[in-house]
Amino acid sequence: MSRMLIIATAALVALDATLSAVLAAGPDLGTVQRQPLNWTAIIMFLAFVLGTLGITYRAAAQTKSAADFYAAGGGITGFQNGLAIAGDYMSAASFLGISGLVFASGFDGLIYSIGFLVGWPIVLFLIAERLRNLGKFTFSDVASFRLDQTQIRILSAVGTLVVVAFYLIAQMVGAGKLIELLFGLDYLYAVIIVGVLMIVYVAFGGMKATTWVQIIKACLLLAGATLMSLIVLWRFGFSPEAMFAEAVKIHPRGDAIMAPGALVADPVSAISLGLALMFGTAGLPHILMRFFTVSDAQAARKSVFYATGFIAYFYILTFIIGFGAITFLMNDPNFFKLGAGGAYDKVRDILGGTNMAAIHLATATGGSLFLGFISAVAFATILAVVAGLTLSGASAVSHDLYAEVIARGRVSEQKEVRISKISAIAIGIVAIILGYVFENQNVAFMVGLAFAVAASCNFPVLLMSVLWKGTTTRGALIGGLLGLVSAVAMVVLSKAVWVQTFGFARELFPYDNPAIFSMPIAFLGIWAISKFDASSRAKAEIASFDAQYIRSETGIGAAAAHAH
Amino acid sequence: MASQDHSQVLRNPGFQELVRQRARFAWTLTIAMLVIYFGFILLVAFAKPLLATKIGDGVTSFGIILGLGVIVSAFVLTGIYVQRANSRFDELTRRLKRELI
Repeated sequence: MSRMLIIATAALVALDATLSAVLAAGPDLGTVQRQPLNWTAIIMFLAFVLGTLGITYRAAAQTKSAADFYAAGGGITGFQNGLAIAGDYMSAASFLGISGLVFASGFDGLIYSIGFLVGWPIVLFLIAERLRNLGKFTFSDVASFRLDQTQIRILSAVGTLVVVAFYLIAQMVGAGKLIELLFGLDYLYAVIIVGVLMIVYVAFGGMKATTWVQIIKACLLLAGATLMSLIVLWRFGFSPEAMFAEAVKIHPRGDAIMAPGALVADPVSAISLGLALMFGTAGLPHILMRFFTVSDAQAARKSVFYATGFIAYFYILTFIIGFGAITFLMNDPNFFKLGAGGAYDKVRDILGGTNMAAIHLATATGGSLFLGFISAVAFATILAVVAGLTLSGASAVSHDLYAEVIARGRVSEQKEVRISKISAIAIGIVAIILGYVFENQNVAFMVGLAFAVAASCNFPVLLMSVLWKGTTTRGALIGGLLGLVSAVAMVVLSKAVWVQTFGFARELFPYDNPAIFSMPIAFLGIWAISKFDASSRAKAEIASFDAQYIRSETGIGAAAAHAH
Repeated sequence: MASQDHSQVLRNPGFQELVRQRARFAWTLTIAMLVIYFGFILLVAFAKPLLATKIGDGVTSFGIILGLGVIVSAFVLTGIYVQRANSRFDELTRRLKRELI
């Protein structure tokens, strides 16, 4: 039971290997109890589903061309896209996981939210505008702009699918566990409901529906979290100092929650994790894809600005919610599994584990109605994130692998879109099966792996092909592969997989996160192999940099996503 | 013929000015963000007592203020970039496009 619970908690948080290691290292965190059917939550969730299905129906009627399907016809504004990007990023894992981490250890939760945020300015300064100027539907369009279409597209499609697969499995398992807890639904049904709905959104409504689902969910999540934080702060006369003082008095670790604790014990792991979070963001395919939904580079730039603002605001809210949970819940035995004589541990015995802190706080601040609302929002959050991932995976299959590699560009738009819809259905079915298979496995390392691969394969290939004239196909291909393989290998040999999943006695790679090694391997690989590439193809590729450079810097000749 | 067009654009002083100014600005802000973030991580790793220092008589620690400061700085840096890009860089791009097309 205890093992299952640790897995459930870890899966739910699903943020990254270190975080899960911290949680899994702790003893029993409480009991996984299936809740009785929560009707308020179910009705509110049904309202969300019906509303978004209505949007999907309308979007399906307007989705005709490939540009409509992949990029919502380029008709999303900077502000809307900012909300959608923020929505992609504010997953249930960051909402429940980070507020739960703040609840358990205070300050340390802040370190995580900061890591997830600081990648955005980098995306803005180095990537966003160039991406919009050069690309059409996927980031592979950009990486293969002047390099060999076949090889680079295969590499970036593989990079995309690896990231999507790991991220999706983690989300599916987390979703199943969460829904089991919140709604009292069976795990298998929960996974099937999520899978079927995401197929419907993506296959019928394409990017337009996926974006609007994301925008609505982002608004609901921001509204719910804002309301909860206001109720918490209101109790303390809007004085954070008063809230902190109360929390220090109540929390079993006392004043230690105001300072860094055990989370960052080893500087190498900390910096490595920081690198993966920071640069992984700039290599996540479902996020990069959003830059093609806006009309031009200026709108792409604005969307990152809004997204950064929303995400920053959201992380400040999760911090308040975590401290609110300490002050509202810890002295109330109703939220804990009681031991002999009514005694309980104020962190470990919370019902459903520390990830449920925000959910319990909803009950404490707004009763069962608010609980229903927050539960429904958490479910909607998962649904929106998996829909975005599915669309990104389907585009890699249809646009990169099928249209450009297999059919060599000789394919009609209708056929390409049809292949994309079939891929979305296939990815959805595979995700349901994998979600079921991995139910009782430790999947928390998978999100860490997704970020590490994004930072060590997608990001270096993208950045070098755009910024460095000397990059050649051979260099990008081998360097990118080195990054991909080394990141995966180091994660497999690390404690989270080698010891905790495979059951070996000792890990072969001592750190939780590989990025500090795998990123330099990728960059050096691209640089060195390109330098030694004296082929005539390499010369042609270097010569054609100028055209790419001019377009990436000025947007002259940029493809309009809404061109029909 | 096409490559002649390109070298013409590359030699255009307006283009050079735009690329030079934007690159310098974007890399400066990138480095600022890296220094702020990894500086914070290094403090967390090596200067725990400093971060635990209290502000005044309260319980709020220096670390919390600093952490929130890092969050706000990320947003402010994007704001600074967008502000400058909207005014200066877009103007340079517009001028360049008028000249070339």
